[in-house]
Amino acid sequence: MTKKRDRRSVLQGGLGALAATTMGSSVLGSEGPGGGHSDEHGHEHPHHAPANRYLEPRRTPQENEALAERVEALENLLVEKGLVTRETLNAIVETYENDLGPMNGARVVARAWVDPEYRTRLLEDATPAITEVGYGGSQGELMVVVENTPEVHNVVVCTLCSCYPWPVLGLPPRWYKSYAYRSRVVIDPRGVLAEFGLELDESLEVRVWDSSAEVRYLVLPERPAGTAGLDEEQLAVLVTRDAMIGVSRVEAPAP
Amino acid sequence: MNGVHDMGGMHGFGRIQREDNEPVFHHRWEGRVFAVEMAGVGGANIDHGRHSIERLHPDRYLAYSYYERWLGAFLLRAQETGLLAPAELAAVASDSLPPGTPPTNPEPSDTLLRGEAARLREEGRMEPRFAIADRVRARNMHPEGHTRLPRYVRGKVGTIVLSHGPQVFPDTRAHGLGPHPQPLYNVRFTSAELWGESGGAQDSVFIDLWEDYLDPAEADG
Repeated sequence: MTKKRDRRSVLQGGLGALAATTMGSSVLGSEGPGGGHSDEHGHEHPHHAPANRYLEPRRTPQENEALAERVEALENLLVEKGLVTRETLNAIVETYENDLGPMNGARVVARAWVDPEYRTRLLEDATPAITEVGYGGSQGELMVVVENTPEVHNVVVCTLCSCYPWPVLGLPPRWYKSYAYRSRVVIDPRGVLAEFGLELDESLEVRVWDSSAEVRYLVLPERPAGTAGLDEEQLAVLVTRDAMIGVSRVEAPAP
Repeated sequence: MNGVHDMGGMHGFGRIQREDNEPVFHHRWEGRVFAVEMAGVGGANIDHGRHSIERLHPDRYLAYSYYERWLGAFLLRAQETGLLAPAELAAVASDSLPPGTPPTNPEPSDTLLRGEAARLREEGRMEPRFAIADRVRARNMHPEGHTRLPRYVRGKVGTIVLSHGPQVFPDTRAHGLGPHPQPLYNVRFTSAELWGESGGAQDSVFIDLWEDYLDPAEADG
């Protein structure tokens, strides 16, 4: 905890309006739904090759090596000039790799599922309700939670850049930032959702939330059937990042 | 600006591609670029930061990966503000810097302006011009500078569904022209209004728009 507190003080001291904090510890840790982190030692993960070539412009290993060298030179220069310290940069990277992620939003969703009064507070004024669970800060200073029901399906995008509720979902996945998602989900939401495996009935209303300002949107998914016997922590494990963006449903656990 | 970043409704980018068990950063350098920006090096406010990404030449914007855009935008600002000297820039930019659209105004840092909006909200100032359920038309405006009014809603008629209170205005703040806090609304546009026959009959887009982006729907009908 000491380490965590140190990181937080660095962030709060140095970032001004861009500061990000988690105000509680995450019970699920970094292995929660959708969690994951890159290797501190620069190891390149092998799982983003040909099948994902449209996610982002492709870079050869040589190009990535060159980028790594340029950024290292830039970091050295900024440190030499006294504009930033390595410790500050380390603390920021560690916070976003370890403390922020969909495991946080999952706790908010699970609480709303088990506590009707909390659910009401969350839907009426999400920012303080999310603070109650322990999350807030940069890219989550003004939160709105929208609820999926049998009649209405909500899905969130940022067509202009990559706005995303960091305190509760962490940094966005590549597909959320992709040109395909940003361009298409506002004009063809059903086609996009079908590519995520979500076929919606014609009668269902689809609401697309384009995060164009500093308000951040989180989807409260429907609680799956067959989960009446689960407690809050067991429910949180079921809640995925994609369901809280609105491109999938929460599935009941296998019997 | 009518930039390539304003992607809502464009065609041609293909299917959605997903990646299982995605790491937060795919390469160590991505995390370092992110952290440099988050540490506030150079002192850009968030609107200025976003605008500097938009000002990357469209060739570069589309060809760069996500954190390359952050890097390119940081270097663009470092060049413009003199944060890094030409010789220093040459050492960290492997090729010549991307040709970017020049800023329309030199910008001071105003990272505290969000607090200003919160104060105004607490004091209950700034009576909103529009009420929930009012019909509004998004202005058909095409500023060359930063704006958060996407092309796909300009000229379209929607309905106010949420009133968020005063927020600083990105169109001026990105250019050092002051916070101009004003009411921010969430506006619902039906897919039929936005996309005509291509829009789903049951569907809508909800988008946050500042008061200066909106007129009463009957005013220019």
